[in-house]
Amino acid sequence: MSKEPVAVVGIGQTKHVAARHDVSIAGLVREAAVRALEDAGLSWADIDAVVIGKAPDFFEGVMMPELYLADALGAVGKPMLRVHTAGSVGGSTALVAANLVAARVHRTVLTLAFEKQSESNAMWGLSLPVPFQQPLLAGAGGFFAPHVRAYMRRTGAPDTVGSLVAYKDRRNALKNPYAHIHDHDLTLEKVQSSPMLWDPVRYSETCPSSDGACAMILTDRAGAARSPHPPAWVHGGAMRSEPTLFAGKDFVSPQAGKDCAADVYRQARITDPRREIDAVEMYVPFSWYEPMWLENLGFADEGEGWKLTEAGVTELDGDLPVNPSGGVLSTNPIGASGMIRFAEAALQVRGRAGEHQVDGAARALGHAYGGGSQFFAMWLVGTQPPPG
Amino acid sequence: MRDVAIVAFGQSAHRRRTDELSEVDLLMPVLHEVLGATGLKANEIGFTCSGSADYLAGRAFSFTMALDGVGAHPPISESHVEMDGAWALYEAWVKIQTGEADTALVYSYGKSSPGRVRDVLTRQLDPYYLAPLWPDSVALAALQAQALIDAGDTDEGALAEIGARNRTAAVDNPYAQLTGDVPAGDHLVHPLRTGDCPPIGDGAAAVVLAAGDTARALCERPAWIRGIDHRIEAHSLGVRDLTDSPSARLAAEHAGAFERPVDTAELHAPFTSQEVVLRKALGLGDEVRVNPSGGALAANPIMAAGLIRLGEAAARIHRGESDRALAHATSGPCLQQNLVAVLEGESAHE
Repeated sequence: MSKEPVAVVGIGQTKHVAARHDVSIAGLVREAAVRALEDAGLSWADIDAVVIGKAPDFFEGVMMPELYLADALGAVGKPMLRVHTAGSVGGSTALVAANLVAARVHRTVLTLAFEKQSESNAMWGLSLPVPFQQPLLAGAGGFFAPHVRAYMRRTGAPDTVGSLVAYKDRRNALKNPYAHIHDHDLTLEKVQSSPMLWDPVRYSETCPSSDGACAMILTDRAGAARSPHPPAWVHGGAMRSEPTLFAGKDFVSPQAGKDCAADVYRQARITDPRREIDAVEMYVPFSWYEPMWLENLGFADEGEGWKLTEAGVTELDGDLPVNPSGGVLSTNPIGASGMIRFAEAALQVRGRAGEHQVDGAARALGHAYGGGSQFFAMWLVGTQPPPG
Repeated sequence: MRDVAIVAFGQSAHRRRTDELSEVDLLMPVLHEVLGATGLKANEIGFTCSGSADYLAGRAFSFTMALDGVGAHPPISESHVEMDGAWALYEAWVKIQTGEADTALVYSYGKSSPGRVRDVLTRQLDPYYLAPLWPDSVALAALQAQALIDAGDTDEGALAEIGARNRTAAVDNPYAQLTGDVPAGDHLVHPLRTGDCPPIGDGAAAVVLAAGDTARALCERPAWIRGIDHRIEAHSLGVRDLTDSPSARLAAEHAGAFERPVDTAELHAPFTSQEVVLRKALGLGDEVRVNPSGGALAANPIMAAGLIRLGEAAARIHRGESDRALAHATSGPCLQQNLVAVLEGESAHE
């Protein structure tokens, strides 16, 4: 028996900010969930199950917080699952929820991811105690900067490419009312002269630390038929993982990322992603990851990704807009960042992205990664139901 | 729904401390055991899913190192839940139901020894109203036990008998940590005595799932998952009737547990008093063999103890000692969240 087609009929986000002192963790997640329900024209009673995701529990200092959030998310008496796959978790969570519908276990599922990073210090939360990690390897930037440097050496990309990405994403964010960083005075020169944090990654080329939540309502064909707004249809979704370290590991373009994209394209019958995909929401926490993932995801040949960025192809009005929402560089509640990518891709094909809408977007890719460039989650959504 | 079965189960010998072993060290032999039992290699498995908690390990992303034990190269289709491995099994079962995989490797592990588990589990509670008071897992279970005694559902003597029955059964379980003649002991938190509480320990478990004919090819008598469901209750103990478990009953209903009697039940009841609650909620009479493995009172590696209930029930079916078994897993304070699966041997109702 074939899988049930899965539709995204509701999306809700909080306004992402550095610190939501006005709400509890429960208040934060409920705000996003209520907005998703309103978008879908549904109520709590319509939800069969809840799938929640977030990054390490140390970020809020609550172990398995879904237990405490069951009431706020209307899950009492229902199944509730908690996913955790590092930075890719927002994407993985959506895929686990989509599978519940695809397998016809449930008809309508609420999926949600959040992080309330103001409850702790995320950089130190990510810095493992010795002996699990060498001293002074502080935060994610310390881990990823050498791999960016490896990409630059390998491709000969000019030093300025990273700043172009950051400048583009932060300007796109001005068109997204939910984005965290709204810096109206930003210039390319300011990006290029911002303090160096982890060479070659500068302050303005680094993701912020945000409080925020993102929720989606996923449903089956019958549910989609009742949707008050156009749904986004899931055409393909996949997860791939590889170990943190092994002989032959390519941190610049990990095999797991390539395999994950290939699986999604196969399911969605995409043979030429550059031509057939209209918008991409990819997980770019440090600016240089845009050209790196352009290659890893098959949008550019090896060594050529930076040329797309430099030529403006990934601009909002370019040939292949990347992160029209402003991306992770503008908004980063870590555990939610992957789901925001998936949700923003869905918003594009639903035609509901507002000022950052890509004209005529019919197929969009949502992408997330995590751990030591080892966990990948992606989905491809479209305006039309999947064939078959 | 596709027919999916547990075709292999393995667990570590559960111990109070395993200072010399990393999580990977703990896990590797168990993974090799279940893969060896089926003849499958890691890269022949369709989907892999695990359950664990960073708070036990005391470090973020602790599951990433465990992945090294799987041998995830070439890359694998894989996911992780910050839950007991029973829920990882549920996610894998759903994945197989989509048709995207025919086999799945499910594992979980927990090392309670590095920290003080009673304190650690308080971090699971409402961070604004409950966690600041540090009410520990034994104290909360004691509230539940007292509620049961007040309701006339049990007394201290009956609780002691439950502890003795489980640990006597565990004598035949080579993996159990606490077996045989264990004294009821002094009150730890009134009315619970040391004998009413689970041992604290480290352990790991793994199962292999397979669909249809693949399952029949991999296992002589697969343990078919006839139904599986899980439900959660309100978090605040003040709004719950602690003498009942409506979420366990609801999960059992959805899993089809009440359609026909089961001959065996593996209940994830870390405290003797919780077996009383679960027997009542699940309608288990004296004719049902409850916890022939000794249950969580004999070995309670947190995050794995629920998956072990599914594995123990399945192993009993594999060996022909059960035709229809109920397996249960729990999470959260005082049985807040519950999963129920019904497993059957092939000949049970043809």
